[in-house]
Amino acid sequence: MKYLSNVASLEFFPDRCVGCGICLEVCPHEVFALENKKAVILDRDRCMECGACAGNCAFGALNVDKGVGCAAAIINSLISGGEPSCDCSGESKKSDCC
Amino acid sequence: MAELKFMKPALKEKTTACCGPAQGALQEPGEMSGNTSLPPGKQGRPAWVTGTLTTEAGPISIVSTDLTMSDFWEHVKCRTSAFRNNYAVNPGLYAVGEPDKNSAVLISANYKLSFDALREALKGLHVWVLVLDTKGINVWCAAGKGTFGTDELIRSIFSTRLDSVVNHRKIIVPQLGAPGISAHQVRKSSGFTVCYGPVKAKDISRYISAGYKATKEMRTITFPLIDRLILTPMEINPAMKQYYPAYSLAMLAIFGLQPAGIYFREALVDGLPFLLLGLISVLAGGLITPALLPYIPFRSFAIKGWLTGTLLVIFSLKFTALFSQMNTVLLIFTYLFFPLASSYIALQFTGATTFTGMSGVRKELKIAIPLYIAGIVVSLVLLLVFKLGAWGLL
Ligand code: SF4
Ligand code: SF4
Repeated sequence: MKYLSNVASLEFFPDRCVGCGICLEVCPHEVFALENKKAVILDRDRCMECGACAGNCAFGALNVDKGVGCAAAIINSLISGGEPSCDCSGESKKSDCC
Repeated sequence: MAELKFMKPALKEKTTACCGPAQGALQEPGEMSGNTSLPPGKQGRPAWVTGTLTTEAGPISIVSTDLTMSDFWEHVKCRTSAFRNNYAVNPGLYAVGEPDKNSAVLISANYKLSFDALREALKGLHVWVLVLDTKGINVWCAAGKGTFGTDELIRSIFSTRLDSVVNHRKIIVPQLGAPGISAHQVRKSSGFTVCYGPVKAKDISRYISAGYKATKEMRTITFPLIDRLILTPMEINPAMKQYYPAYSLAMLAIFGLQPAGIYFREALVDGLPFLLLGLISVLAGGLITPALLPYIPFRSFAIKGWLTGTLLVIFSLKFTALFSQMNTVLLIFTYLFFPLASSYIALQFTGATTFTGMSGVRKELKIAIPLYIAGIVVSLVLLLVFKLGAWGLL
């Protein structure tokens, strides 16, 4: 299953990549592959912007606008003006998103 | 039930609850409270703790790898309740089997479901489980929020004195926790190397025996029918609680309202089909769309929900006698309002999926919200027109 195309905010800076392969390991959607000792993006549309790759790339070769793909969270953030967060703890909002 | 009673107070006062008098004697002077997992005290011990192991870092609770009926009931409640933070496990270090200084260390969240899935998957293994304080939230969500994160992991490594419990310097972090963790920072601050385990707890044992190696399948997240169905109550419940009662009252009032007052017979006879249509759109958006997600055309959840809603409305109007002689204005209202309601509810399911990103949902909302608002306004106007017509005012 894929979501909307051409929306993911994933950025890759090949010149900083050392080919360590951590991004391949953490990405749950097989967005990356290694080719000639460098990461390549196989399919950007599979990216769900979880931020795992960017947070674990020690070389700053990846960047992504990390966030929750959750309508309730985004609607709440539009109303309250904050960052969308997956507030499942039940204490503040009724939103029940994960 | 005994477990629930234990867990609630334990969450609030976990530091004091951890140092009951029974344990005090075993603790080393100056040891931080909250250091070891659970008190071996009689009243406080959850049923899944089967014993205590003495280590250099103090006593550590041994947990069972069998789930009991009461665990199962908690899972059901967990899945259907909005206040899931009651289902938490005390953070800290636990033992599974008879681990020693060379045994693997697994990291988990303190959400009861995550923890139970993990311990069940650890049958026959001898490992340590370090439970982070994620406020009773699962690994994936907590990693997104940052409570399952680099800082909490480093803090827990130090507070449990993991370095004196094991000789090696490797920890297995669930791959779904990766969004919250920076492996290189964990290593820099704690000396422990993060190895990302498989997505699913059930693959852990294969991962460990393969020498901390995961296959591509173990690394990829899927969203099969069963998972989608398990998550539907979380979309249907809020819809039924938040919107449906108000909607029902409004519909009954609209149909019951006559120039001479409110009539219950009219309210029920004319309003009932619309209450049913309301239910149908909740089912269309909250159950059928998630269940058939991969088979419904278009990638947008709003469109998927709208399509399902429209189809169900057509079916209901065609095959039930309830709506045999419907007024044209009401018919337009029906085709406008209920598919939109289904669309809105389907869009909420983006929060439960494993593949929707924030930019995509933002894009959908940007287009859909104005349409929803316009739809509601037109729907209200249509109802008004119907009412005025029925009263002979048009
Ligand atoms: S984690 Fe960074 S450096 Fe390593 S392969 Fe991926 S992009 Fe390259
Ligand atoms: S943000 Fe998440 S889904 Fe997207 S490429 Fe990185 S790891 Fe994969």
